[in-house]
Order: sequence, then C-alpha cells, then structure tokens
Amino acid sequence: MSYDLLLNAVMAGLLLGGFYAAVTVGISISFGILDIVNIAHPAFIILGSYIAYILNAQLGLDPIAASIIALPVFYGLGAAIYQTYYLSFEKRGQDPLRGLAFFFGILFITEVALVLEFGVDYRYVQAGYIDQPWHIGIVDLPPRMLVPCLMSLVMLAALQLFLTRTFTGRAIMAVAQDQLALQLMAANPIRIKRIAFAISIATASLAGAFLIIIQPVEPSMGRDYIGRVFAICVLGGLGSLPGTLIGAMLLGIVESFTATFYGPSWAPAVSFGLLLLTLAVRPMGLLGR
Amino acid sequence: MNSAIRSGRFALACILVAAAVFAGARAIGNDYVFFAGYTVLQFVVLATAWNILGGYTGYVNFGTAAFFALGAYATVFFHKFYPLPVPVLVAIGAAVSGLVGLGMGYLTLRLRGAFFAIATLALAVVLQTLVVNWNYVGGSRGAYVIRPAEVPGLSLPYIQYLFLIMLALAVIAIATARSIERSKLGYGFATIRDDELAAEASGVPTLRLKLIATTLSGALMGMAGAPFPYYIGYLQPSSAFALEYAVNSIAMPMIGGTTSWIGPLVGALLMGTLQQVTTVTISSAVNLLIVGLLLVGFVIIAPNGLVGLARRASSQR
Repeated sequence: MSYDLLLNAVMAGLLLGGFYAAVTVGISISFGILDIVNIAHPAFIILGSYIAYILNAQLGLDPIAASIIALPVFYGLGAAIYQTYYLSFEKRGQDPLRGLAFFFGILFITEVALVLEFGVDYRYVQAGYIDQPWHIGIVDLPPRMLVPCLMSLVMLAALQLFLTRTFTGRAIMAVAQDQLALQLMAANPIRIKRIAFAISIATASLAGAFLIIIQPVEPSMGRDYIGRVFAICVLGGLGSLPGTLIGAMLLGIVESFTATFYGPSWAPAVSFGLLLLTLAVRPMGLLGR
Repeated sequence: MNSAIRSGRFALACILVAAAVFAGARAIGNDYVFFAGYTVLQFVVLATAWNILGGYTGYVNFGTAAFFALGAYATVFFHKFYPLPVPVLVAIGAAVSGLVGLGMGYLTLRLRGAFFAIATLALAVVLQTLVVNWNYVGGSRGAYVIRPAEVPGLSLPYIQYLFLIMLALAVIAIATARSIERSKLGYGFATIRDDELAAEASGVPTLRLKLIATTLSGALMGMAGAPFPYYIGYLQPSSAFALEYAVNSIAMPMIGGTTSWIGPLVGALLMGTLQQVTTVTISSAVNLLIVGLLLVGFVIIAPNGLVGLARRASSQR
C-alpha cells in the first residue's frame, strides 16, 4: 500500500464525508430530534438534484444558486408534509407502523414520478469548476468534491448556530424532550415541529445540488442513500449535529477505503453493514445520550 | 380439538377454492392467464407473509425483496448443482429465508420498531451487494435458468405447473396466517402490537414470539421466491431485489386491512389484478405510481383498510 494512495483515500473520504453530512443533516433533525422516521428524505434530495438540473439546463444558473432559490419551495413542501403527517398520524395517536408506510409511499411516489417525467437516464449539471483538476502536492482536491464539502460545512455550522442560539432553534431542541414544558413557555409545539420538519426538507434542496455536482443523477439513486443517512445518523448519535458530522466523515473514509482497495461495487454494503453493526452493538451511537 | 377440526375444514375449503381456480384457468385455456395469475398469487403469498410480522406484531419489514430474492437465488445456486424438482427447491428456499429471518431477528429485534424497519432495508442492500459480487450465481450479469417445456412424467405445460405450485403456496400461507390468528401465538403477537412493554411485564415471551414471526414470515417469502427463476427464465439482481416487492407487500395488506388474513388476500387480489391490467394497458411505471398513491391514500384515510371499511359499513346498518 503506497503512501500517496493512502493519503488520497483519506482525503477523498473526508471530502465525501462532508457531503454526506449535508445529506444526513435533514434526517438528524426529522428522525433524531422530532422522532419522525422520514425514510423519504433521500427521495427529496434527488428531487433537489433534478430542480438544480432544470434551472441549470434552462437558465444556466449555478446549481448551488439554483438550490438556494428553491429553498422556500422545499420549506413549504416540508411544512405541508408535516401537517399531513400530524393530522393523520400524530394527532390520532396511530401506531408508528402507518407513519412508516406513509413515508415509504412518498419515497416511492417521488421516485416513480421522476422516472415518468425524466426517464432513467443520468442527468448532470454544468458549472465552471466541475471539470477542473486541482492538487496540493500529491493530494487530489477536485473542486467537484471540495465545493460541496465546504458548502455543506457552512450549512451545518449555520444550522448548529440556529439550533443553539435562537429561541426557535432552542424550542426545536426542547420539543424533543418535553412538549408540555414547551407549551408552558408559550410556544406551540406543533408549530415548532412544523418549522423543524420544514427546515429538514429544505436541507434536501441544497444536498440535492451538491449531489448532482458530485455525480450524474438518476431517479432511483435515492435508495442507496437511505442506508447511508441512517447509518450516519445512528452512528453519530441521534439528534446531534456535531455527531452527524463525525459519523459522516467516518463513513466517508470507510467507503473511500473500500472503493480504493476492494472496488466500488462493494461500497453500498459498507454503510448498511456499518448500520447493522452499530444497531446491534451500540444503538445509542458514538455521541449518543 | 374443536379449533383443530375448524382449521382442517378451513384448509379443505381453501384447497377446494384453489382447485376451482385452477380448473377455471384451464377452462380459459390461454397461457397468459397462467402467467398473470402466477404473479397475482405470488403477491398473495408475499402480502400474507408480510402481514404475519407487520400486521400481527406491528414490526414493519421493508426487506421483503431480500427474503424473496434469497429464495430465488437459492434455486439458482442448486439449479447449477443439480436440477432438483421445484417443490424441493421451495422447501430449500423456505429454509434459507427462514434462517436469515431468524438471524435478522436476533440482531435487530431488541431495537425500537423504527430501527427494525431501517435494518430490514439495510439487509436488502447488503444481500444485493453480496449477490452482485458473487459470480457463481451470475453476479451483476444475472443467471439463466432454462424452463423445461413440460413437467417430466405429467403431461402438464410447465407454466401451469408453476401456477399450481404458487396456488399451493398461497393456500399454505393463508392457512398458516389464519391458524396463527386463532391460536395462543396470535394473541401473543397481538399483545406485542398493542403494547410490547406491558406484554413483556405480564410474562409474554416477546423476544421468542417475535423471532417466531420473523422466521415464519421470512420462510414464506423465500418459498414465494424459489420458483421465480423458472418463471422468469433469466434472473438478475435488480429484478429479484426490486423495490416493487417491498412496496407491494406493504401496500397490499395496508389496503386490504392488516388485522386478519382476509386483508392481505383481498389487497393482493385487487392490487395484483389492477397492476396486471395497468401494466398491459398503460405502462409499468404508471402502475407503480398508482400503488404508491393508493398506499399513501389508504394509510391516511382508511387506516384499517378495506376490511375495516366493510366492517364499519356493516355495523352502521
């Protein structure tokens, strides 16, 4: 095993991990904090990729700028989904089984709708920085990976500040612990949860743009990410954003090593294997409560 | 004793219905009926199997495709070895998938419900990756399993033979589901669904019951998968592990109703037939969209499925 191959594998893993953090942060909020098992999240990320693709192909917008424009739409979509979920399941005290089936159905509908609209061809975006190589010494730092990674770190930092420094953010962290106490502080728990869920879906818009910058996208790709996001979320400890980042970096490095030394066809099994292992051995995660 | 006689009677009634279905299909005398009927019956088995775990104990399994594919790949594996008769392969498929179901239960059933569901999804992807990288069973290229034209010994076209096997499996699945429902086991399952903690506290051996449920459910799914390579002729990982199986096996019981054996049966017959019709008349993508929309619609509007709706209608009258 040569030194520069190893170094490059670590670097590629860290870059990939940064991107994975952006993909997972939505699940960390919806599943980790709100306890809503939104397995449809990866499907929304793919939807985000396609919106970035349309705006890029039609108007020549930068994919990340396009995804920022689409943020309010995703926020509204998230709010609408939470409202449906709340009225149909949480309010009625229905067993979580139906909530799960609900999100599974949404995942499926989104995927099939994208297939019907765009077909199963791979789509990609164009931006000046995507095709350029970039090195520091012997280490490859392709902007295609670097830009999503850095933007994702910015997003995570902003969310962490929001959750710890603002009233609404703190209320979101509180709603997970004690709804009644939150009500006594004159905050409506349902409204807080709706905001939090809407934010979690909004992150999918950005993550989708990052994804389509990194690689071409087709509708069924979201499924591969279901394992990744839950593996990271569980690995890092539910509901902790720093934990999410650490989990994402870990998974990125493990996947990058697997791809470098065993071949990329084994990569999907890595995340799920890691998830099964974590669930069996340490279900509270690395930074879990 | 009384209940044993009643189960026996029920099984007999099932067999009579099955015989009538087979006779009816032969009377139509078109091979397409058997091809389409096979798929619908396969969904009856899968939906009933899913419901034993999902409906009775309340643990959602997203990995139907994994258990189904295990059965199918067990057949491919042994077919390359020595061409065994299909009923033997069905038994092997049941054993393999049942064992994996048991192992999977051991690994994950101590977890909360949601984690179990995610873990089953994980299992499907791990198994698919293993199969893609396993050249002996065809890897990502897939494997051919040549279907003989006729069953040796019987002058029966092979597709009718496969149809007959799936019909028998449907009878077995439904009879199993119904006898569980009426037994101590079924009441144990229901206590887990309603309140696992309380059940555990009152001395119900919840872990053992859950393991029985995962094993049975997995075994039935594996049985449904075992004849599949003969049916399709060319087995690829993407067709054996198709998400379609996972969605359908959840959607069908949810649409029919999850609390009794009738629900999955009604759901599978309706949805299976509807899908055959839409696949032929419109397209298979649209057909999947319909399944997804119906699933979401039913869990929101009619949480107890068609059976629940029918019950409510008859009690109001």
